[in-house]
Amino acid sequence: MFEFNFDTQPKNTFDMNEVYDFLVIGGGPAGLNASLYAYRLGMKTGIVTYDIGGQLKNTNDVDNYIGLPNDSGSGLTQKFINHVEQFQIPILEDVYVTKVAKLDELFHVYLDNSHIVKAKTVLLATGSVPKKLGIPGEQMLNAKGISYCAICDAPFFKDKHVVVAGGGNSAVESALDLAKWAKKVTVIQRSNFRADKILLEQMYANDKIEYMIQTKIIEIHGNTQVEGLTILDNKTNQTSYFKADGLFVAIGMLPNTAYVNDLIELNVYNEVLVNHQQETSVKGLYAAGDMVDQPHKQIIIAAAEGAKAALNANQYLKYKGE
Amino acid sequence: MKQLLTPDVTQQIKEVLKMMENPIQVILFTKPDCDTCQPTLQLLEEVSILNDKITFVERSLTDDKAEADAYGVSYAPTFVILDQNGNFKNFRFNGIPAGHEINSLITALIDSSSTKPFFDEKTLKRLEKVDKDINIKVFVTLSCPHCPGAVSNAFRLAMTNPNITADAFEAQTFNELSMKYNVSSVPKIIINDQYEFLGNQPIDAFLAEIEKVK
Repeated sequence: MFEFNFDTQPKNTFDMNEVYDFLVIGGGPAGLNASLYAYRLGMKTGIVTYDIGGQLKNTNDVDNYIGLPNDSGSGLTQKFINHVEQFQIPILEDVYVTKVAKLDELFHVYLDNSHIVKAKTVLLATGSVPKKLGIPGEQMLNAKGISYCAICDAPFFKDKHVVVAGGGNSAVESALDLAKWAKKVTVIQRSNFRADKILLEQMYANDKIEYMIQTKIIEIHGNTQVEGLTILDNKTNQTSYFKADGLFVAIGMLPNTAYVNDLIELNVYNEVLVNHQQETSVKGLYAAGDMVDQPHKQIIIAAAEGAKAALNANQYLKYKGE
Repeated sequence: MKQLLTPDVTQQIKEVLKMMENPIQVILFTKPDCDTCQPTLQLLEEVSILNDKITFVERSLTDDKAEADAYGVSYAPTFVILDQNGNFKNFRFNGIPAGHEINSLITALIDSSSTKPFFDEKTLKRLEKVDKDINIKVFVTLSCPHCPGAVSNAFRLAMTNPNITADAFEAQTFNELSMKYNVSSVPKIIINDQYEFLGNQPIDAFLAEIEKVK
């Protein structure tokens, strides 16, 4: 009944004038785990972030993090925070990073509150945001029946018929969350399902959930609220009108890399290119988690990449004689 | 009656409430035929006994109308907070602060007892210039992890500038109101029933909308 996620440990104040050995940008699993490793290695570590938890908070049930079965996204986030806070790693919250620059072997991290934090190595772990469909009606009906967060907005669709766009784990998890409230949920996927078998089995077993594959949503209709969609059957190439009270979009994520796009190499999807040490195209600058050029966006992979980045940053500083 | 707060959560809240600086009074307005009034009353009772700086009282929305009017309360359950000098802190939480909203409740308790500024100097200077009457509504659901951040921002703005009031509405309890304001995504923030935006946005986003009010 209660999702209490308040900081219970005293924190060290984040010192703006400190030159950090390892500065983490982002408060999701990658950033938190990296900070833990870096602290244990003896690096002067700090975290700057807008909030703690990242995309993990948008997940209701987490059952694939080894050793912590049947947890919630919020529950797991809290466990991560509690662990990090044992070491009183300074965290600066409610700030966005606007730019990162490397000047005279030091990274300058520019914050939206006009401050600059300096560090010898930096980890980018700012994750991603939900991708939009980019079709007519989406912008106009945003927050008027179109949502990108099923656990946040499911209660508004009690006894209604909603559509979920997508076919990966997030889409199927959204459908399962929505089925607790909605009268009917239809999952529409333009190709085939990519979700884990265990999730698909839950979806197939749920009487409230129907699905359509090889079907594309091409327009969203409605005046003040979503009323229906135009869908295209890929096999027949026929379009039809599909009545729906809401649309939940879960078609993937877009990496948060705009603040470093002129500094490091990105792929065509704007994901950060890293080597096997999680190092970007700039020496001493690392990246981990959902913003990185690897296809499996998983909590445990993000956390592991964070650990790798911290270990390699430590090696890098040692070789430099610092 | 079964405790709402588990021993674990009780201990965590007790620990966090040690951050409280000064005494405060929490006033909950209830009414008959209200599904969420009883659990809200029980929750606030359970939380308020965890720190002796909190005094908790229950009032009737109808029988104590003058008091409700003084704090602009027109719904139930709604709680407001007065500081150690009996000053209304300019915000109302309408609905039950359960689920993720327990965090909004605890932040509100700590913030109301604080004498420290909530914002940096630049933000405070911008806020000083707000001389129109501003009301901020924040619609939330109990399952929304991003909502407590938006509620805290709105409440802190209201506590900083006397021209600003803030209302958090828990959308399931106030379903009709949510429909009236066409809420289907949260947190939805509405300024003076005129300007709106979505999400747990930085304080600058709140100020940008507030500054549009003529």
